[in-house]
Amino acid sequence: MLRDITLGQYYQTESVIHRLDPRVKLLGTILFFISLFCFKNPVGYAIAIIFLAVVIFLSKVPFLFMVRGMKAIIFLMVFTSLVNLFATKGDAVLSFWKITITRQGIIMAITIAVRISLLIIGSSIMTLTTTPNHLTDGMEKGLRFLKVIKVPVHEIAMMMSIALRFIPILLEETDKIMKAQLARGADLESGNVFKRVKAMVPILVPLFISAFRRANDLATAMEARCYHGGDGRTKMKPLKYQKRDAVAYVILAVYLLVSIFLGRLWIFDIM
Amino acid sequence: MSLIVDHISYIYDKDSGLPTVGLKDVSLSIPDGQFIGVIGHTGSGKSTLMQHLNGLIKATEGSIYFNGEDIYDKGYDLKKLRSKVGLVFQYPEHQLFAETVFADVCYGPGNLGLDKKDCELRAYDALRKVGFPEELIFTSPFDLSGGQKRRVAIAGVLAMKPEILILDEPTAGLDPKGRDEILGMIKELQQKEKMTIILVSHSMDDVAEYVDRIVVMNHGSIFLDNSPQVVFSHYKELEEIGLSAPQVTYIMHALSEQGFPVKCDVTTIQEAADEIAACLKNN
Repeated sequence: MLRDITLGQYYQTESVIHRLDPRVKLLGTILFFISLFCFKNPVGYAIAIIFLAVVIFLSKVPFLFMVRGMKAIIFLMVFTSLVNLFATKGDAVLSFWKITITRQGIIMAITIAVRISLLIIGSSIMTLTTTPNHLTDGMEKGLRFLKVIKVPVHEIAMMMSIALRFIPILLEETDKIMKAQLARGADLESGNVFKRVKAMVPILVPLFISAFRRANDLATAMEARCYHGGDGRTKMKPLKYQKRDAVAYVILAVYLLVSIFLGRLWIFDIM
Repeated sequence: MSLIVDHISYIYDKDSGLPTVGLKDVSLSIPDGQFIGVIGHTGSGKSTLMQHLNGLIKATEGSIYFNGEDIYDKGYDLKKLRSKVGLVFQYPEHQLFAETVFADVCYGPGNLGLDKKDCELRAYDALRKVGFPEELIFTSPFDLSGGQKRRVAIAGVLAMKPEILILDEPTAGLDPKGRDEILGMIKELQQKEKMTIILVSHSMDDVAEYVDRIVVMNHGSIFLDNSPQVVFSHYKELEEIGLSAPQVTYIMHALSEQGFPVKCDVTTIQEAADEIAACLKNN
């Protein structure tokens, strides 16, 4: 029932992108996002789309798999695009009743739609090619410098990896409890809002109990293995930059320079 | 009054990139009053099959008929089916939620739209059938021991008065005493209430003593479907798919190989003991 949720899912396969250091992917994703907000003309977006297409091709993740994650935000995309379409002032192209559509509005709406899609696909490329463990490892190591100002980096990373690890477990648990209550004649789909909220109680109570039970068990298991926080803790597979990571950084830098330079060049302006 | 499974197949994640076969062309006929054991190791599809029987999962192919009606027909009342085919999940105590044991058992009949008095009568009756101590019925279910919680959860399904009761590993995580109590109680339900029972387990020893028929599952299809005697006589093939016959089967076969004239098709410890005693007396 709940198997369809693909958010933050990992796609298992062998590819260059999968093997990259998570720090490269994290920084790359952030820089890619920043670049999207720098562009002032369509050339920048075109370069971003080409760059992303190459990355998707290299990652060997089926494109359909990625697009499925976008279903959830289609409403948001359409809504923001429409707001921009009707609310942007400029040269009128079409006008009826009290609504005017401007040339700038059309451009803005398309820009927003493209930008949101690129943001979503860009971030899903990262989560699809990086295991949650790798991701938090990368975060922990990449943000180590924050320790100087007393930010508990290791603890935050540990909490994140536990939380990520628990998402599928709790989804499975929810599925199981839902089925158990359905088997007892529960009706989750009909009735008004109040009735439906009330019907969730027999699912939420056992779910909370099981979440607490699991958290408790995990804490005991960690303590039994002498977990005592990050100080002096070593890794079985420490993160080390490889040659391909250096290459990736260079490619990233080139992409950034070229796309932002061309993306802001006045001769391509269409507004 | 019976349940017929007609050539069903089920594929997990059919539309995604990673389809997995759950069930492959399974056919089964479940007559009234039978006590059936379903055996298979982890991932053999036994739990998946059970969830088909009360319509929680819809088969990708094939049909299921309950009392002559196709449960996949449009407008078929699945809620009613679920009250007639009661399914007790593995670790059913994880589904308890109400403040008191009694209120929790009332949940099922309440969902069937019965009035309060009927619900309470059924709940009381169900708790009595599972042998739950009367003085505890207004305590919180979370304060009970594991075995007691399981009884409450089983009562929660029994209160809907199902004709067929399916139990998925009802003895998992219980000590030997709790195990025997639960299995004895289930046998009593079959004999006194004339209920059809389907008991899912991965242990032959668990079911050998109680069931009339054993269905062995392997890789999503039915491997064997026969009486315990016949199934256990295939003990070599059972081993190949990661299962084993009850311990008495091995003892009897070892004895007969050593030249003792004993019958090998006994299923319970008592029968084995009688057989050995008779054999000793004759010599």
